[in-house]
Amino acid sequence: MGRKRIEPSNCTIDYLSILDEYGNLDTGLEPEIPPEMHLKMLRAMLLGRRFDERLLDLQRQGRIGTYPPTKGQEAAHIGSAILLKDSDWFVPSFREMAAEIMRGRTMESALLYFNGYNEGTIVPEGSKDLPMAVPVASQILHAVGLAWAAKYRQTGEVVMAFFGDGATSEGDFHEGLNCAAVYQAPVVFVCQNNQWAISVPLARQTHSETLAQKAIAYGMPGIQVDGNDILAVYAAAKEAVDRARDGGGPTLIECVTYRIMMHTTSDDPKKYRSEEEVECWRQRDPLIRYRKYLLQKNLITEQQLIALEEEIKQDIQAAVERAEKRMQELGNPLDQFDHLFAEMPPRLRKHKEALAKELAEAGREAHHG
Amino acid sequence: MAKMTMVEALNMALRQEMKRDDSVILLGQDIGPDGGVFRVTDRLFAEFGENRVVDTPLAEASIVGMSVGMAVYGLKPVCEIQFSGFIYQAFHQIENHAARMRWRTRGRLHVPMVMRAPYGAGVRALEHHSESREAYWAHTPGLKVVIPSGPRNARALLVSAIRDPDPVIFYEAKALYRSLREDVPEEEETLPIGRANIARAGDAVTIIAYGAMVRPALEAADLLAEKEKMAAEVIDLLTLSPLDEELLVASVKKTGRAVVVHEAPQSFGPGAEIVARLMEGAFYYLEAPIERVTGFDTIVPYFSREKSYLPGAERIAAAARRTFIK
Ligand SMILES: Cc1ncc(C[n+]2csc(CCOP(=O)(O)OP(=O)(O)O)c2C)c(N)n1
Ligand SMILES: [Mg+2]
Repeated sequence: MGRKRIEPSNCTIDYLSILDEYGNLDTGLEPEIPPEMHLKMLRAMLLGRRFDERLLDLQRQGRIGTYPPTKGQEAAHIGSAILLKDSDWFVPSFREMAAEIMRGRTMESALLYFNGYNEGTIVPEGSKDLPMAVPVASQILHAVGLAWAAKYRQTGEVVMAFFGDGATSEGDFHEGLNCAAVYQAPVVFVCQNNQWAISVPLARQTHSETLAQKAIAYGMPGIQVDGNDILAVYAAAKEAVDRARDGGGPTLIECVTYRIMMHTTSDDPKKYRSEEEVECWRQRDPLIRYRKYLLQKNLITEQQLIALEEEIKQDIQAAVERAEKRMQELGNPLDQFDHLFAEMPPRLRKHKEALAKELAEAGREAHHG
Repeated sequence: MAKMTMVEALNMALRQEMKRDDSVILLGQDIGPDGGVFRVTDRLFAEFGENRVVDTPLAEASIVGMSVGMAVYGLKPVCEIQFSGFIYQAFHQIENHAARMRWRTRGRLHVPMVMRAPYGAGVRALEHHSESREAYWAHTPGLKVVIPSGPRNARALLVSAIRDPDPVIFYEAKALYRSLREDVPEEEETLPIGRANIARAGDAVTIIAYGAMVRPALEAADLLAEKEKMAAEVIDLLTLSPLDEELLVASVKKTGRAVVVHEAPQSFGPGAEIVARLMEGAFYYLEAPIERVTGFDTIVPYFSREKSYLPGAERIAAAARRTFIK
């Protein structure tokens, strides 16, 4: 009887920053990353950035539909996803374009998706990735299920799930973290806290000081990192992935970053945030910081960077051309009936035949008219 | 009278009801300073403040569940679910509580609340943003389902929905938000929930539609008038549940023929129920099997193919002609 204090273990979280916006480096914490991995990350970030810019351009020209830009968040999703093996699982939301492409999604696939083609959510053959998930936070539970299954099959696979700060308000987030901890599932939750959920700032999304601390309530480690510092993201993700693989259960990583652009191309951020705030975050661009670091470490030269930019530019151009050509071949309306079931039910077949007949008649009329 | 889009007309309805009754509270994602992603709550935050226009965290169950509590308390919450494709995150709150609080407490408690949500295809939206799943709610006892077809009736019906003592699902066709303007009077105007409207009178065949499908239904009537000199009667349901079967039955008794139109998938869709009511009420007056022109039994394809999914005037007119083939 009486009142006594309970101090649950693991009741603090760390904040990790290794390479800051001024180029200062904490050499004690600097992770050991093989040079070829650095180059892979740089290429993925740079490609992600340039492709994102191109997609925005295409949207403005009416060549794709609504698009959610990822600019400024590349370190958060590249620095974490790089730790996955091909045999691990990658579960994205909709703002991890650079990581999706690093994992093997083609740029054509993204172009098809944002142009309203169902072919844009096909995942590459043999890949362990799920397609993008638009219903906020819903994918978190799939990651837990995948991780549960991997543990059951004892494959040693790890699952990494991505979502935004806004997603932490949904029930699916809380249920997902809870289940993952209960089952000690090998899953890493990566929250890209870009500080806005459309027009709602983090302060009105949660009354918690950090998002990482939500991990404590579920009995798992949580860590907050500078999400624009790829070294910090990498270090935190390595720890979490290793722990998951060793049977140590789930981790929540909060990457503090910023949504530099509009929520989607249909959004007008001037209605709810100041240009000064955005400008201040432009100074903390993850790519500028990382490029400087690599140059200083002689992991890349200025000439190589120029060549890389050129190569990426050509890759993107070729992908856009391929996708636009592909779109002329795709788009048969009759495809909408396929793949709803393994076997098409009779009524659906009837609907498909009805549309086929209608299209044939319209074709004949157009021909004669 | 000012010419208004549906977005502006809905905005006016909200503003006037909020002025009239301080128990009307708006809740939703991005409805505050942003004015809602479609701008239906534009400027209301500035005018009424954060206690009347409540920007919520990103959680639909919170929006609807809190609204149930607020409504039980005596307030009149009007929720905005950003897209009807994300109303499912609140499904249990609607089905388990909003729809049955009155019934469970034998009338002691009730939940006068409105759940507004944009629905439907035709605006080149991303996946999950184009479905028409009103049948879920029409299938749920205890809910009213209202679907306006234009600025003026949207305004009048929203006012009625807010004043209604029971929970109302209010689906707004995205395709109508800004595509047409109508005169909308500044003075108060309401429309009764549960009543359909004869959008165009005729005696040859009855075309029944609602929401975004009323326009292609009227265009089909034009085609039939031009090509076949046939006067189709077009009925705009306005309320899906409770259904105005009296008006439907009376019309079909007159015409003997009917075409039911909706963009929702066909199987177990609203059309099936409408046909059943016509069979009950007008079977002996029918000259031909009733036709349905609906979305297909598949998911609305991503936008490059969505046009072929949506019923259009040609498809509706063809169905009307089929009712004349013996
Ligand atoms: C369940 C659900 N509700 C609403 C939406 C509409 N919506 C799309 S993105 C978004 C904000 C997401 O914010 P956050 O989780 O922080 O991710 P960010 O967009 O910032 O990357 C909203 C409200 C949705 N897609 N899913
Ligand atoms: Mg965010």
